[in-house]
Amino acid sequence: MTAPMIELVDVSREYGSPPTRALDGVNLRVERGELVAIVGPSGSGKSTLLNLIGTLDRASAGQTRVAGYSVEKLSDRQLSALRAHSIGFVFQQFQLSEGVSARDNVAAGLLYTGKPARERRAVATEALERVGLGHRLLHRPAQMSGGERQRVAIARAMVRNPDLLLADEPTGSLDSRSGEIVVEILRELHASGTTVVVITHDRELAQRLPRRVGIRDGRIESDERDTVLAVSA
Amino acid sequence: MSALPKSRLRTGDLFALGLHGVRVHPMRAALSALGIAIGIAAMIAVIGISTSSQAAVREKLAALGTNLLTMSAGKDLLGADTKLPPDAGTRVLRIDGVETSGWTTEIDYHVYRNDLTLPGETGGLRVRVAGGDLLATTGTALASGRWFNAETEKHDLVVLGAGAAEAMGITEPGNQVWLGGQYFTVLGILQPSLLTPELDSSALVGAGIAAERFGFDGSPTVLYERSSEERVPEVRDLLPATINPEAPNEVSVSRPSDALAAKNTVDQAFTGLLIGVGSIALLVGGIGVANTMVITVLERRREIGLRRSLGATRANIRNQFLMEAVLLALLGGLVGAGTGFAVTAIVAASNGWKLEVPVSVLIAGVLATVAVGAVAGVLPALRAARTSPAVALSS
Ligand SMILES: Nc1ncnc2c1ncn2[C@@H]1O[C@H](COP(=O)(O)OP(=O)(O)OP(=O)(O)O)[C@@H](O)[C@H]1O
Ligand SMILES: [Mg+2]
Repeated sequence: MTAPMIELVDVSREYGSPPTRALDGVNLRVERGELVAIVGPSGSGKSTLLNLIGTLDRASAGQTRVAGYSVEKLSDRQLSALRAHSIGFVFQQFQLSEGVSARDNVAAGLLYTGKPARERRAVATEALERVGLGHRLLHRPAQMSGGERQRVAIARAMVRNPDLLLADEPTGSLDSRSGEIVVEILRELHASGTTVVVITHDRELAQRLPRRVGIRDGRIESDERDTVLAVSA
Repeated sequence: MSALPKSRLRTGDLFALGLHGVRVHPMRAALSALGIAIGIAAMIAVIGISTSSQAAVREKLAALGTNLLTMSAGKDLLGADTKLPPDAGTRVLRIDGVETSGWTTEIDYHVYRNDLTLPGETGGLRVRVAGGDLLATTGTALASGRWFNAETEKHDLVVLGAGAAEAMGITEPGNQVWLGGQYFTVLGILQPSLLTPELDSSALVGAGIAAERFGFDGSPTVLYERSSEERVPEVRDLLPATINPEAPNEVSVSRPSDALAAKNTVDQAFTGLLIGVGSIALLVGGIGVANTMVITVLERRREIGLRRSLGATRANIRNQFLMEAVLLALLGGLVGAGTGFAVTAIVAASNGWKLEVPVSVLIAGVLATVAVGAVAGVLPALRAARTSPAVALSS
C-alpha cells in the first residue's frame, strides 16, 4: 500500500498575537494521482492550506505528511529538497522574472536540482512546446498575454516532473478562454499521473473536477467526490 | 520512503544569480560601486606612485653608487673650525679597499661675472680649491672644456659647477670671470653633481694658483673617497683615525647617497593621509553597497519566495545575495584598481619613472573589496534568507 500524497491530521495554523486561526483542526487526505479542487470564500484559509501542503509554511499544530514525509521532522534543507524535486507551484500572479525570456523562466524551475544549464534549457524548451508556447521561447513575460504567462508558469512547474502540483487560483487573473486552456493543461498533467490540487473561486470550474474540498473559516466544510473517479484508500 | 535527493545549486549558477542585480539595475550598481572604486583607486595610486618613485631613486643610486663617503673637518673642542691634514687625500688611499679620493677647500674669496658686479652679490657661489681625483670620486662629469692637470692647476683658470655657470650666464669655456680681484679664464664646466650638490655652486681653482695667490696652505676641508661597495662599513670606521690621528673626533663622515635616498622618498605623512582618505572612501563605499543590498532584498521578496518554492534552501538565498554584494564590490574594486594603475602610469610617465605597482598590492586591493562586499552583504543576505516563503509570495 503506497502512502497518500497528502495527509493532514488536526492541522491548525495561527497568525499573530492574540492568535487568530487561519486553519482550525483540518483533516485531509489526498491519494496519489488525484485531482482536487479547493473552494471557499475569500479569507477562508485556502492559500494557508496550500502553503502548508507545499511546505512553504509550517503548521502551528497537527501533523502534515507530504509524499510520505513528515514535514514537522524535516529540516529547511530537506524541505527545500522535497520542493525542488517533488512539488510544483502555480500562482495567481504568475511570479515570472521580468528581464528574462520565457525559456529561462521555465529553466529556472530546475535551477535548484543541480542540473547543468544546457540540460535545463533543453527541458524548458520541451515543456514550453507541451503547453503550446514553442513559438514564444525567447519572449519576455511583458511581451506575452496573461494566459501565455500562466502557461509559462505551469511549464516551469512541469520541468521537474513533480509528483504534486499545487495551483493557487491559476485562472484568477485570466479571461475564460485563457482559463480554459490552463485547466486543460492541468488535466493533462493529472492524466499523466501527477497529483494536482487547485484552489479556485470558480464554482463552475470546480464542478468539472473529480473532487471538491469546501473550506470556510479555516475548517473543512465539505468534501465531495464524483463516485466514478473516487479511489478507495 | 526513499531517501530524499538533495537540493543543489551549481557554483556557476550562483555567479549568474549574483549578477542579476547588476543586470537589472546597471545604474544603481555603478553608483553603489563608485565609492569602493574611488577608495581602491586612491590607495593603489598612492602606493604605486610611491613605489615607482622609490624604484626610480634606487635606479639612480645604483648608477651613482652608494660607495662614496664624505669627510668634513669639524670643530675643535673650543668650537673653532678645524682643517684636515694636508696629506689627508693620500693617506686615505692607504685604507684597504679605497680606490680613489679627491678633496676641496673652501677659501674666503668670491667669484663674479665681471668686475662691475657689486661685491655683495655673490649669488651664493663659493670659491673652492680642488685637488686629487675629484671628478671620478664624486661621479661628476664635465659638460664642456677640461679638468685641471699638473700644469693648468698653476694658472689663472677656473672650472665652474653647473649651477655656478648658469648663475653667471656662462655657457662655454674661454669666458672670463672675476675671481679674488682678478680675471680667471673658464677651463671647463661641470654637469650637475647628484651626490655632491655642493660642487654645483662652486668655482673650482687649482691648488698651485691658490697657494700662490690666495695663501692656500694645502689642507682640505672636505675629503671624498670611493671604495669597493662591500668595504664601505669598514672603511667608514677606519677613516677618522687614518686621516687625522691626532683628533679623530673632529672628522665627521657621511654618505651622500643616504641623504639623496631620504630626500626622494615620498613624504610619509602625505602618503598616510591619502591612504586614510582611501580607507574612508572604501568604508563609505561599503556602506553604499550595504544600502543597495538592503533595498534590493526588500524589492525582491517575491523573487525570494518564488526561489524558495522552486527548492532554494535558506543557504542558497543567503549565498545569492552575498554573492551579489561581493560582485558589486568587486566591480568597484576592479574599476578602482584599473583607475589607480592608470593614474600611477600617468604620474610615472610624466616624471620619467619606470612604472612599478606591486602585484601584491593589486591583489590585496581586490581582496579588500571582496571582504568589504562580504561584510556589507552579510546582514541583507541573512535577512533575505530568513524571509518566510509564504509571506514573501503574498507580498
Ligand atoms: N501572514 C499572515 N499574517 C497574518 N494573517 C494572515 C497571514 N496570511 C493569512 N492570514 C489570515 O489568514 C486568513 C486566511 O488567509 P488565506 O490567505 O489563507 O485566505 P484565502 O482563502 O486564500 O483567501 P483568498 O481567496 O482571498 O486568497 C485570513 O484571515 C488572513 O487575513
Ligand atoms: Mg488565497
